[in-house]
Amino acid sequence: MTQLALVIDLNTCVGCHACVTSCKEWNTSGQAGPMVDQNPYAADPTGTFFNRVQSFEVGTFPNTQTVHFPKSCLHCEDPPCVPVCPTGASYKRAEDGIVLVDYDKCIGCEYCSWACPYGAREIDEQQKVMKKCTLCVDRLYDESLPEAERKPVCVLSCPTSARIYGDIHDPESDASKAISDAGGYQLMPEWGTAPANHYLPRRKVSIAVHDEDLQRVDNPLRKEDRGPRKPTTRTTLDDSTSW
Amino acid sequence: MKPAISVIFLTTLIGAGQGLFLAFYSADWFVLLGILRAPLNDYSGHAAALSVLLLALGLAASFFHLGHPERAWRAAAMWRSSWLSREVIALPAAMLLILGYAVLKISAMDSIVLLLGESIPISISMVVGFGAVLAICTLFVCTAMIYACLKFLRQWHSPLTVLNFLLMGCASGFTLASALASYSQDGRFAYFVGMAIFLTLAALIFRFATLLRNKGLRSPSSLQSAIGVHHPTIRQIAQGAMGGSFNTRAFIHNYGASIVRLARRGFLLLGFVIPLLLLQISNESSILICSLAFVLQYLGLLAERWYFFIEAEHPQNLYYQMIS
Repeated sequence: MTQLALVIDLNTCVGCHACVTSCKEWNTSGQAGPMVDQNPYAADPTGTFFNRVQSFEVGTFPNTQTVHFPKSCLHCEDPPCVPVCPTGASYKRAEDGIVLVDYDKCIGCEYCSWACPYGAREIDEQQKVMKKCTLCVDRLYDESLPEAERKPVCVLSCPTSARIYGDIHDPESDASKAISDAGGYQLMPEWGTAPANHYLPRRKVSIAVHDEDLQRVDNPLRKEDRGPRKPTTRTTLDDSTSW
Repeated sequence: MKPAISVIFLTTLIGAGQGLFLAFYSADWFVLLGILRAPLNDYSGHAAALSVLLLALGLAASFFHLGHPERAWRAAAMWRSSWLSREVIALPAAMLLILGYAVLKISAMDSIVLLLGESIPISISMVVGFGAVLAICTLFVCTAMIYACLKFLRQWHSPLTVLNFLLMGCASGFTLASALASYSQDGRFAYFVGMAIFLTLAALIFRFATLLRNKGLRSPSSLQSAIGVHHPTIRQIAQGAMGGSFNTRAFIHNYGASIVRLARRGFLLLGFVIPLLLLQISNESSILICSLAFVLQYLGLLAERWYFFIEAEHPQNLYYQMIS
């Protein structure tokens, strides 16, 4: 069983919204029709997005950190939005685990959005159907694209590689390795939805610098008790230029 | 949750319609068994037609909830998994069966089909009516389970939701039946009023119990589990959209605490306490009092259903605490 998913590294996400804009650009120009905006250039702009980046301040000043939190459909392994759909427009693909909406069957009753604890679904105000992240299903199997580009567009656009795409049921995939190596976790595990998308936690990034890293203990000059050359008082190239 | 107006009308109208039919059909049985006196002028068929009208109005209201009402027929497809789909089947089924009962009663095409215990004649309308009762019970359960099955809407996820929908629907239906009986000087009035008082009281008790239950509910979700950062102090500084989004429009209501409190007191008074007092002082000819009891109770139940939505806290709201 394949379960395609995203693993989002909160440690490297810088909150640049590149995934948001590239997602909107790819999906609004796709065959499924536009993701419509209201007042895009006026006060209170709003519209349909599959992916949003939220920001949270953790801690109390001055000991705070900003956590940027990209939020999209998590493609749950037990999606609560699917069984409630009265028309069968919402479905989970057996072959790759992607949760999709058939826009031609959706009656826009919004019941699936009530059933999603994550608020991952949005009604398109113009087309009046429920929309959500498709994991760029129209890229993943498109053989006209180079193989390296058969990935969700948010993954390709992320400048810090904070988004990892892969099959989380394949223990050898990049996504599975990232989850097991960096302690990947699921959102709101208390509801038993088993989200396929995982998040990697904030980690302390530090390098331990030991004396032996700065001075080679096995330096042959030291063996001969000759020591490193003493600093000269002459101006070096580094001192005279300022690039 | 933000109250969905068309759903409020749907659930209250069909509740009253279902209760109304149950009132007259149950009275039919008591007449057959000789417990109630047969009315001089039996208008059960017309009452059932009114019940169909209420259900039809509710069905019409529900269409305003849909983005694509022309595709509504598709909603019957997923009855194996979706309570909404089951409701979509049960509602027209109940309407058809009640309509069948009404047509049989009004057109005098009714005839005896079997004898129960050698002495009680059962007519076709009673058989069709029995089917309608089954459909109505199914419909009550389906309608309520649409809300009760959503496990993370903790205020709804309770057997009390099903019981409340059943009791409130029946209470308003029997109150309406009392009003009809008072209008036509019907011997069944005492039965309708007695049941209306009993059901309204029971509905009040269980709705109040639900209020108490929901007051003490704590969601297992928090901002910590929502974003997976386990620090006691987290503050949202951006929600990813400046002009709001579907998530803020559909799930977050901006009614102040005073309006919500007013609605709670209002529905307890209008929906239960005042109708109880009015029904208590009514007699067989108090058309005005019984009609007023129904109108006030219906308005109260509209407020109750509005509050039912306000009461439910959706965990997705954790992600939308501050615009920027």
